[in-house]
Amino acid sequence: MTLTNEIVKQKLKEKFGEEITEWEEGYGLLSCKVPNALNLKVLQFLHDDDNLQFGFLTDICAVHYPEKTGEELAVVYHLHNLPQNIRLRLKVYADIKKPEVYTATSLFPGANWMERETYDFYGVLFLGHPDLRRILNVEEMDYFPMRKEFPLEDQSRIDKDDDMFGRGGSFS
Amino acid sequence: MSETAVTQHIPLASDSLQKETTTMNLGPTHPATHGVFQNILELSGEKILNAEQTVGYIHRAFEKLAERRPLYQITTLTDRLNYCSSPINNMGWHLTCEKLLGVKTPKRVDYLRVIIMELARMSDHIICNSIVGVDTGAFTGFLYVMQYRELIYEIYEEVCGSRLTTNMGRIGGFERNFNDIAFQKLEKFIAEFPAGWQEFENLFNRSRIFMERTQGGGPLSAEMALKYSVTGPNLRAAGVDYDVRVAQPYSSYEDFDFKIPVGTTGDNYDRFMVRNGEMWESLSIIKQAYQKVQEFKGTEADVFHADAPEYYLPEKKDVYTKMEALIWHFKIVMGEIEIPKGEVYHAVEGGNGELGFYLISDGGRTPYRLHFRRPCFIYYQVYKEIVKGSMLSDAIVTLSSLNLIAGEMDA
Amino acid sequence: MSDIIYTGRPVRFNNKVKTVEAPPGIEGEGFFVTKLSEVVGLGRKNSLWPLPFATSCCGIEFMATMASHYDLARFGSERVGFSPRQCDLLMVMGTIAKKMGPVLKQVYLQMAEPRWVIAVGACASSGGIFDTYSVLQGIDQVIPVDVYVPGCPPRPEAILDGFMKIQDLVGAESIRRRGSPQYTALLGEYGIQ
Repeated sequence: MTLTNEIVKQKLKEKFGEEITEWEEGYGLLSCKVPNALNLKVLQFLHDDDNLQFGFLTDICAVHYPEKTGEELAVVYHLHNLPQNIRLRLKVYADIKKPEVYTATSLFPGANWMERETYDFYGVLFLGHPDLRRILNVEEMDYFPMRKEFPLEDQSRIDKDDDMFGRGGSFS
Repeated sequence: MSETAVTQHIPLASDSLQKETTTMNLGPTHPATHGVFQNILELSGEKILNAEQTVGYIHRAFEKLAERRPLYQITTLTDRLNYCSSPINNMGWHLTCEKLLGVKTPKRVDYLRVIIMELARMSDHIICNSIVGVDTGAFTGFLYVMQYRELIYEIYEEVCGSRLTTNMGRIGGFERNFNDIAFQKLEKFIAEFPAGWQEFENLFNRSRIFMERTQGGGPLSAEMALKYSVTGPNLRAAGVDYDVRVAQPYSSYEDFDFKIPVGTTGDNYDRFMVRNGEMWESLSIIKQAYQKVQEFKGTEADVFHADAPEYYLPEKKDVYTKMEALIWHFKIVMGEIEIPKGEVYHAVEGGNGELGFYLISDGGRTPYRLHFRRPCFIYYQVYKEIVKGSMLSDAIVTLSSLNLIAGEMDA
Repeated sequence: MSDIIYTGRPVRFNNKVKTVEAPPGIEGEGFFVTKLSEVVGLGRKNSLWPLPFATSCCGIEFMATMASHYDLARFGSERVGFSPRQCDLLMVMGTIAKKMGPVLKQVYLQMAEPRWVIAVGACASSGGIFDTYSVLQGIDQVIPVDVYVPGCPPRPEAILDGFMKIQDLVGAESIRRRGSPQYTALLGEYGIQ
C-alpha cells in the first residue's frame, strides 16, 4: 500500500500512543515531538517496521530555544523512506543543564558526524557516541557558539569601530 | 596546531619488517586534497590500514551568519557552499523561501532556472572528472575542458554579472530577463560542448591505463552508502537511483524527460562514468528547456519573475515614480517584509547530492535557525571505510573522485 | 623580430615576439655592465615559482587563471610547486579560518628567502564577508603580505594584475633587503626570527 502521512501517524500512534505529541504537517512534511528517552526506540521502530521502512537518515541538527525552560535544546531528525518517497521530522527536546540524548549511530552510521556537529555547535551530549568531540571548530574552544547567547563576531578584535559598522546601538 | 585526529599505531605481524604501522599526515595543504581537509593515515608499507579525518579548516560559521541576515543577504552565503556550482545553491535557497512564503513561479521562470541549474551541474562535473584525470597523471584533459567552463561562466555573466559566486536570481525569479546575447552564448555552448566532451571521453573512458587505475578503487556498496546517508552521484554509482529531481520535483523538473545513470560497484570508475552520463543528460535537459523557453512568445516572453511585490524588488523606474513601489522597495531592502512563522525543509539536487535547507522562521526579519544539509560533509565519513586496505595512490584517486568541496563540507 | 621563412613547409609561428627590455647599463663588445640587483630581479621576476595555497572559491578562479584562457604560465610561472621549500611566491587564495592559521604560518616559515606573499581575495585580505568567530580577519594577522588582490572572487584578470605587481616588486627589490634591520623588525612583529 502506498504510504501516506496519515498511515505513518496512525502507525506511530498505535505503537507509542500518547507519548508522541505535537503533530504538525507543515508544507507537506509530517513532524512530531518524541520524548527524550524514547528517541532511539522510535527511530528503531521506524527503521525496522516492514510498512514504514524509514531507512535513510537525511539530517540531524539542533535548535536552541532559550525561552522554553526545561526544553531549551531541540534535536531535529529528518528521515526519509526512499522506496515510498515519504519524509518525516522528529523533534527531541533536552534541558540545557543536562543536554543528553541517545545516539543514533548504532542504527545509522552516518549519524556520527552529524551528531558531532550538533555537539560542536550546541553542546548536546549524545550518550553512546563512539567519538564525541568537536568537528568544525578548534578543539580548544570552550563554548558552544550556535547558542543564542553567544555573539557572531570575534570579541577579541580591537581594530573594529562598532559605531561605523552599525553595531553600537540596538539595531540587530 | 590543534592535532585533532590522533590515531594509534596498529601492531603488524611479528615477522614483518615494520613492527607497527607508520602514521602519515595527508595534511590540510596538499596538492592532492583539492580543498582543505586532513587525513591521518596508518600505513603498512603503502597499504592503508586506518584513516582518520579532520575537517573544519574552512569553517566560516554560515549558520550563525544566517541568523543575522534577512533572506536576500543569505543568497550570498549559499553561493559559497558548493562554489563549483553556486547557481544551484542560490536557486535551492530561493525555492526554500518561496515554499515558506507561498510564492508560485511562472513556467518560464522555472524553465530558465532549470537551464541555469543544469549548466551549473555540468560545470561541477567538468571540474570533478578532469581533476580525477589530473590525479591519475593526465593533465591535458583538465586544460582542454576548462574552456567549456569559461563558456558557462560567460552565460552566467550575461545573466547576473558574476562568474563564480553568482548570487543569481531573486525570490520569485530572476533579476533581469535573459537577453539575446545570453541565448546566443547558450546556443554556442550547446553547439561546441558535445565535440569537446566527446574528445575527453575518447581519451579516458576506454583507456586501458585509466580503467585499470580507477576500477576497483574505493568500492562503495549500496547498503553502506544508504547507511552513511550518501546522496548524489556517489550513491548512484553504488547502484541506488535516488535523485531529488525525480523524487520531489521542484522548478518543473517533472516536465522534462531525462534518465538517471546508475553504476554497479561504486568504485572510482563507476563514479567517473556516472558523472559523465549525468553531463550528457544535463545537456539534453538544457536543450529541452531552451526549446520550451522559445515557445513563449509575445508578452509571455517578457516574464522573468513571479508577481509577488512583497518579496520581489520592484523595477527602479517604478520606485522613482509610484508610491507603492517605493514602499515595497524600502520594506524589502530594510528586511521588514512579513515572513510567516513556520518550519520548512526543502532539498534540491546539488552537484554532490541532496542539498537541503532547513529554515525555521519566527516571523522576524531574519531566520530563527537555518541549517544546511550539506552532502559533502555527510559522505566524507564514508571515505574511512572505503579506503581501508587500498594503496596510497588509489586513496588519492578515491579522494578526488568523491568530489569533496571544502566550502560545502565545513560551511 | 624574426622574419626568416622556412620554405617547403607551411609553418606558422609568432613573428611578434616581445623580448624583455634590458636594464639600464653600459654596453660594449662582449660585455654588459649593470647593477646586480637589476639582473637578479629580472631573472627572478620572470620565473617565479608560486605555491597556490587554495582553500576555497578563489582557488577555483585560480584554476581558471592557470587554465589556457587566462594562462598564468606566460608570466613565467609555468611550474606551480606544492612544496614550500621550493617556491618563492605564496599565493593565499580563499578564507583562512583560525584552525588553518597555524598551518599557514608553518608553510610560510618553511619557505626560503626571498619569499613573497600575495593575498588573493577579500577573505585572505581582511576576512571578507565572514566577520565571524572562526575566521581569521586577514592573513596579515599571521604573516607579512606584499600584495592584496581584492574581489570576491577576483576575476582572473585581477589575479594576473596582482601577480604583475608582485613582479614589479621582485624586479625592483634591493639585494640587501632581506638582511636589513627594517625587514628583521617586520618579521619580528609576527614573531618570526
